[in-house]
Amino acid sequence: MANYNTHVLVCGGTGCISAESDLIIENIEKQLVEEGMADSVQVLKTGCFGFCEKGPIVKILPDNTFYVQVTPDDATELVKEHIVKGRKVERLLFTDPETKEKVSDSKNMDFYKKQLRIALRNCGIIDPDKIEDYIARDGYSALGKVLTEMTQDELIDIMKASGLRGRGGGGFPTGLKWNFAKGYASDQKYVICNADEGDPGAFMDRSILEGDPHSIVEAMAINGYAIGATIGKVYIRAEYPLAIKRLEKAIDDAREYGLLGEDIMGTGFNFDIDLTYGAGAFVCGEETALIHSMEGERGEPTTKPPFPAESGYWGKPTNVNNVETFANVPVIILKGADWFASIGSEKSKGTKVFALAGKINNVGLIEVPMGTTLREVIYDIGGGIKDGKKFKSVQTGGPSGGCLTAKDLDTPIDYDNLIAKGSMMGSGGMIVMDEDDCMVSVAKFYLQFTEEESCGKCTPCRVGTKRLSELLELITEGKGEMKHLDELKHLSRVIKDTALCGLGQTAPNPVLSTMEAFADEYLAHIKDGKCPAGQCKNLLEYKVLEDKCIGCTACARVCPVNCISGEVKKLHVIDQSACIKCGACMDKCKFDAIIKQ
Amino acid sequence: MAKIKSFAELKKIKEQVQTRVELREKGENINDLIQIKVAMATCGIASGAREIMNYMIDELASEGVDNVVITQTGCMGYCYAEPTIEVTIPGKESVIYGDVTEAKALEIIQKHIVNGEMVDGIIPATHKTIE
Amino acid sequence: MSDIKLTIDGKVVSVPMGSTVLEAARKVDVHIPTLCHLDLHDTKMVNQAASCRICVVEIDGRRNLAPSCATPALDGMVIKTNTIRVLDARKTVLELLLSDHPKECLTCAKSGECELQGLAESFGVREINITGKAQSTYRKDVTTSLIRDMDKCVMCRRCETMCNKVQTVGALSAINRGFEAVVSAAFDLPMGETVCTHCGQCVAVCPTGALTENDATWKVVEALADPEKVVVVQTAPAVRVAIGEEFGQDPGTTVTGQMVTALRNLGFDHVFDTDFAADLTILEEGTELLQRLGKFLAGEKEALPILTSCCPAWVNFIESQFPELIHIPSTAKSPQQMFGSIAKSYYADILDIPREKMVVVSIMPCLAKKYEASREEFAVNGNSDVDLVLSTRELANLIQRSNMNLMDLEKSEFDQPMGASTGAAVIFGTTGGVIEAAVRTAYEVHTGKELPKIDFEELRGFEGVRVAGVDMDGFMLNIGIAHGLGNARALLEEVRDGNPRNIHAIEVMACPGGCIGGAGQPFHHGDGSILKKRQSAIYQVDREMPIRKSHENPAITELYEKYLGKPCGHLSHQLLHTEYAVKDKV
Repeated sequence: MANYNTHVLVCGGTGCISAESDLIIENIEKQLVEEGMADSVQVLKTGCFGFCEKGPIVKILPDNTFYVQVTPDDATELVKEHIVKGRKVERLLFTDPETKEKVSDSKNMDFYKKQLRIALRNCGIIDPDKIEDYIARDGYSALGKVLTEMTQDELIDIMKASGLRGRGGGGFPTGLKWNFAKGYASDQKYVICNADEGDPGAFMDRSILEGDPHSIVEAMAINGYAIGATIGKVYIRAEYPLAIKRLEKAIDDAREYGLLGEDIMGTGFNFDIDLTYGAGAFVCGEETALIHSMEGERGEPTTKPPFPAESGYWGKPTNVNNVETFANVPVIILKGADWFASIGSEKSKGTKVFALAGKINNVGLIEVPMGTTLREVIYDIGGGIKDGKKFKSVQTGGPSGGCLTAKDLDTPIDYDNLIAKGSMMGSGGMIVMDEDDCMVSVAKFYLQFTEEESCGKCTPCRVGTKRLSELLELITEGKGEMKHLDELKHLSRVIKDTALCGLGQTAPNPVLSTMEAFADEYLAHIKDGKCPAGQCKNLLEYKVLEDKCIGCTACARVCPVNCISGEVKKLHVIDQSACIKCGACMDKCKFDAIIKQ
Repeated sequence: MAKIKSFAELKKIKEQVQTRVELREKGENINDLIQIKVAMATCGIASGAREIMNYMIDELASEGVDNVVITQTGCMGYCYAEPTIEVTIPGKESVIYGDVTEAKALEIIQKHIVNGEMVDGIIPATHKTIE
Repeated sequence: MSDIKLTIDGKVVSVPMGSTVLEAARKVDVHIPTLCHLDLHDTKMVNQAASCRICVVEIDGRRNLAPSCATPALDGMVIKTNTIRVLDARKTVLELLLSDHPKECLTCAKSGECELQGLAESFGVREINITGKAQSTYRKDVTTSLIRDMDKCVMCRRCETMCNKVQTVGALSAINRGFEAVVSAAFDLPMGETVCTHCGQCVAVCPTGALTENDATWKVVEALADPEKVVVVQTAPAVRVAIGEEFGQDPGTTVTGQMVTALRNLGFDHVFDTDFAADLTILEEGTELLQRLGKFLAGEKEALPILTSCCPAWVNFIESQFPELIHIPSTAKSPQQMFGSIAKSYYADILDIPREKMVVVSIMPCLAKKYEASREEFAVNGNSDVDLVLSTRELANLIQRSNMNLMDLEKSEFDQPMGASTGAAVIFGTTGGVIEAAVRTAYEVHTGKELPKIDFEELRGFEGVRVAGVDMDGFMLNIGIAHGLGNARALLEEVRDGNPRNIHAIEVMACPGGCIGGAGQPFHHGDGSILKKRQSAIYQVDREMPIRKSHENPAITELYEKYLGKPCGHLSHQLLHTEYAVKDKV
C-alpha cells in the first residue's frame, strides 16, 4: 500500500459531477504524476459536502483546507501550490460574506458551524465505492453488534428509546413501526427502503445513497433482523443513475465480504437486497403506492388499514423506511439510544437534513439538530437572503407543507412545531422566499404540482386539486372574486377530510397556510387588482415616469409588440391594452423612467 | 476477498483498514491535534525534508502516537537550517526546529510531542502565519 | 370468527370480524350512499377502490373522514353517517365529480340507469357550485360490441377490477395521472386491438355511461322498414327470463310468449328461436364429443378434453391467452352462428330467396355476440350469416320505443321450422347448461339406453369451478364447468398443467352465471340474487318443455334428413364448424 500523507477529497455528488468534478480529479491526478507525488497523495471521490451553492468542492487533508467553486483548470495550481509547496490557493478559498475574509477550514464556516452531521456523517469523508472506507469508519459494526449481542426485542427497544421518527415526511416512530412488522407472523417478510425522493428540491436521500451507500445496506440488514425479514428491496428513482450505481456496487461488495447473503458473519442470519426502479412519481413516496408500483401495478395508494406491517409487498408483512431514516440506524446502535435521544427537541430526536433552496445565499444540503430555529438555519447556515432582500417566508414540507413567516423565525424546527404552524417536516425541502415572491403564485405552484402528481384515484385529489389550482389561477390573473376565497377554504377543508392518501390530505396546506399568513396579499389581488410582489403579470402595469423620461426612444424600439409611442425627446406612453408585460422596456431604459406596479 | 466469518473478523479488518480514513478523521479535528509542518519548498526537499517527513510518519505510527498530523508546507524562510519543521501543540506557541535529522526527529517525537519537553535545535521564529 | 360490536348512528350492531363499516351499517338499515363500491358476492368480485369518497363517514377519534366501504369495522367504534360534516363532504365530492362530467343526460345511453345521476338526484343537487374545466379530451373508442366514452368515467375502477381480477383478461387499467387519469387499454390502444374478449362485463358494472354497448337498434329499424328485405330474428335462451325486468317484472319472470308477439309486432318476418340452433349444436358438438371419446378410449389420449365453443368471449379468450390449447375446443360453431348459417342456406332455399335478401337479427344477452357476428369467417362473399345483434336491453328499448308494454301483449309461439326446440336448448342460458344438454344426448347415443334421470343436478349451481363425474354406463365421464373467465383460466391452467383430475369435457361461459349474467342483460346493479332467479327460471322452462333432449327435436331430425345428412357430415362441416387462430395481442 502506498504511504499517503495527503488526501484530496473531491465531491462526487451529482451536482458537482455535472460541474465537471470528474475532470478535476483527472487533472489533479495527472499533475500529481508529473510532480512524482502520486504515491503520497490520494485523490478520492466522495459524497456530497452539502455546500452545493459553492460547488465543486475540493477538500485537502490533513490540513483541512476547503476549496470552493474549483474548475478543472485549477487542478494544476492546487497541486503545485498547495500540495507541493504547502501554500493555500487563496483565490479558491471561501469568502465569508459578512467579514469578507477568506476561510480555509470548513469548521470555521458559518455554513458548517451549526450543523451536526449524523445521517450525512460519512458524506464527504469516505469514498463511497470503497467498502474498506466504510468499515474503517465503524461500518457494519452495528450489524455485527446486533447479530451477536441483541435479541430482536432488545434491538427494537433501542430504536424505540432513541426516539427516531420517520424522516420521509410522516414522522412515525421508527421503533414502533418495526415492532408492528415484527408482530405479524409470516413465512416471508420484507424490508423496503423508500428511495423515491419526490419533493421538489429535496435531494438528501440521493446524496446519502451517493455518498454513503453502505450505511443504507447495513441499516436494512439490521431492520431485517429486527422484524424477521430476509429480503430487502430498495425502491429507487431511475433518474438517480449515480446513486443506483454506487448502491449496486455497495450491495455487491457487501455480498462479497459476506455482509449480505447467507449466514452473515457466521451468525446464521440471512439477508439480501435488490433494487426496483421507480419512475419518480411523487405519490409513490406513499408506502402503499410504492408497494403497488414495486409489484408492477399502477403506483396508487390503497386505504390503510391494512398497513404494510400487516399486509405489504405481495401481501406479506413489510417495513418501509426512507433513506435518511435508515442512515441514522447504525449510529444509534453504536452510540446508543441515550446519545441519540440527547440530541434534538423533546418529541423530535436527532437531526434532520434539509435541502436549502430559494432566495438564500448558501443553497445546499444541511443537517442540523432538531430544535434548531429557522433563524439559525436561514441566517447563520444559509447566510441570509440573497441580494440583501427582505425575508418573507419559508416553505417547508414540499407540496404537502405550508409557509412560515417572519414571526415563526424563532420557532425551533421539529415535527410537532411545524404541524402546529400549519406546515410539516416533509422530507426536508426548505424553500426561502423574499419580498419578490407572490404568495398566491407560490400556492398555485404547489397546487399545480400536486394536481399533476396526483395519481388520479380518488375524487377529492383528482378533481379537487384541479379546482383549487384553477381558483388560484383566476386570482393571479386578476379575475378573482371574494367568494373564491370561501370556495378555496371550503374545498380545501373537504379535500383534507376526504382524500385517500397523504398526498391529497395535505395538498391544500400551501393554500390554507398562505391564506392564513398572507391574507392581505390575496385581498390585494382580488380587491385592488394588484400583486404586491409584482409577480402576477396580469396585475402589473409598466408605466413611464413623466419626470424621468427624456424621450430617447430606446423603449419603443425594444418593445416586441410596438405598444410604446412617443416622439423623440418627448414623453413616451405605453398602451396598456397591447402590453404583454415582458419587461423589456424597463430593462432597456437607462434613466429608470419605467416602473412596474 | 474472503467472506467475513464472524464479528471478531470484521473488527480485525477494521483495524487493518483504520488508517485509510485516519488522516481524514484527523483533518476534521485538526485544531485539537498536534500539528507538524514540514517545510517542503525546493530548499527543504533538496535538504531531505521529504525523507524526514516520511520518517516521522512511520515513527509516529510505530510509537503509537495518533494525535499528530503531519502536513507539508512551503518555505518558511529558514533556508540556512533546512530541513525545518514547525511543531504546534494546541493552545501553545509554535516551535520551529532547524537542521532536523532522523535522530533529531526521533528526539522531537519522543520528548516534545509525547512529553511536551522542548529539545535542542529550536531556531528563533521570525514569522507569523496569517490563517 | 368472533363478532365485534360497534355503534352506527346510535344503533348498536354486531358483525363478524373482517366486516366493513358499510356492511355493518347496512345490517342496521343505515344506507350509506356508494358509487365506486361494488360487491358481487356470488362472483367473488369486490371493487374496493375506495376512490369515489362518496361513502365517507365520521368515526370518533379519527382525524379525517373514513370511506365506509373499505374501512374495517372494529370493536367499540362509534360512527356517525349523517352529520353536517359528512353530508357537506359527500355533496362536495359529488359536485367535484359532476364538475368534471358531461351534462348530457338527455342523450346519454345510461340515463335512468346511471348511478351518478341517481346520486345527484338523491343528494338534491340543483346546481353545481364547483365549476372548472371538464375533461372532454378523450376520443370515443368504438368497437363492434361496445363504446368507451371516457369523458364520463368517474374512475370507480369497477371495469378494471372486473376485467383484471374477475375475468383476468387484463385489457383495462388506469393510465395518465391527476386530472387526466382515466381507465383505458395499454398504450391507450383502441379496445379492438387489445386482448379484450368483448365479454362486456365492464359495461355490466359501469355505474355511468362511460361504457355502453354499441347500439344497433336503429339499423334493425331500417332493415325492418326495407320492403326488399326478409328479416328473420332469433332469440337466445337467456333473453326470455330477463327482458321482463325492463318492464317492471320481478327477476326470474319468463316472458317468452309476449316477447315473440312483440317481435312479430315490430315487423320481423319470421320469429325464430336460437334454441333450435342450440339443439343443432348439441348434435354436432355431441357427435364430436363421442368421436373424440372413441379415439380417447382407443388410446389417443390427446383427443380429450373437449371444450365447448358456444361462448364467443370464451373463444376470443382462448385465442389470445391459451395458444397452446387452441386445438382443444369443439369446432362446432355457436348456436347464433349455426342459426345464421342454416337460415341463410336451408331456410333461404325454402323461401327461395338469395341470402343477400335475408337479414338475420339476433337478440342476445351478450355483447360479444356482436363481435362474433362480425367475424370474417362467418360470412359468405362478404354477406354475414348474422347481420345484426341486439342485446336484451336494446330489444326492450325498441319495444318501448314502439309504444308496446311487453306485459300487455298476448303470448304467441315461435314460427316453424326454426322455432322448434327442447328443454336441453333452453338451459344453454346458464352455467352448466350446455354440458348438461350435451350429456343428455351423448349418454343416449353412446349407450343406446334411455336416460334414467334427465336432470343432472351435479352439473348445476353457482360455484365458479365445478367438476363432476357422469356415469356413461360404465365409463365415468369427468366434466369440468367454469363461468367467469378468471375461473376458466384456473380450470384451463389445471388442464394444461397435467390435468390431474382427468377432465374429459369442459364447459366455459365467460360471464358470471353464464348467459343469464351476460353483459347485454338488464343491469343487476350489483344484486347477485337477480342472476340466481334468472337461473331458476331457466330450469323451470326446461322442466315444462315437452321434449327435453336435443336429439329428439323433430325439426332438427328433419333438417338432417332433408338437408345436412348426418351430424359432423360433409355439409355440416362446411356450414356448422369453424376453426380457431391464435391471436397475438396486448
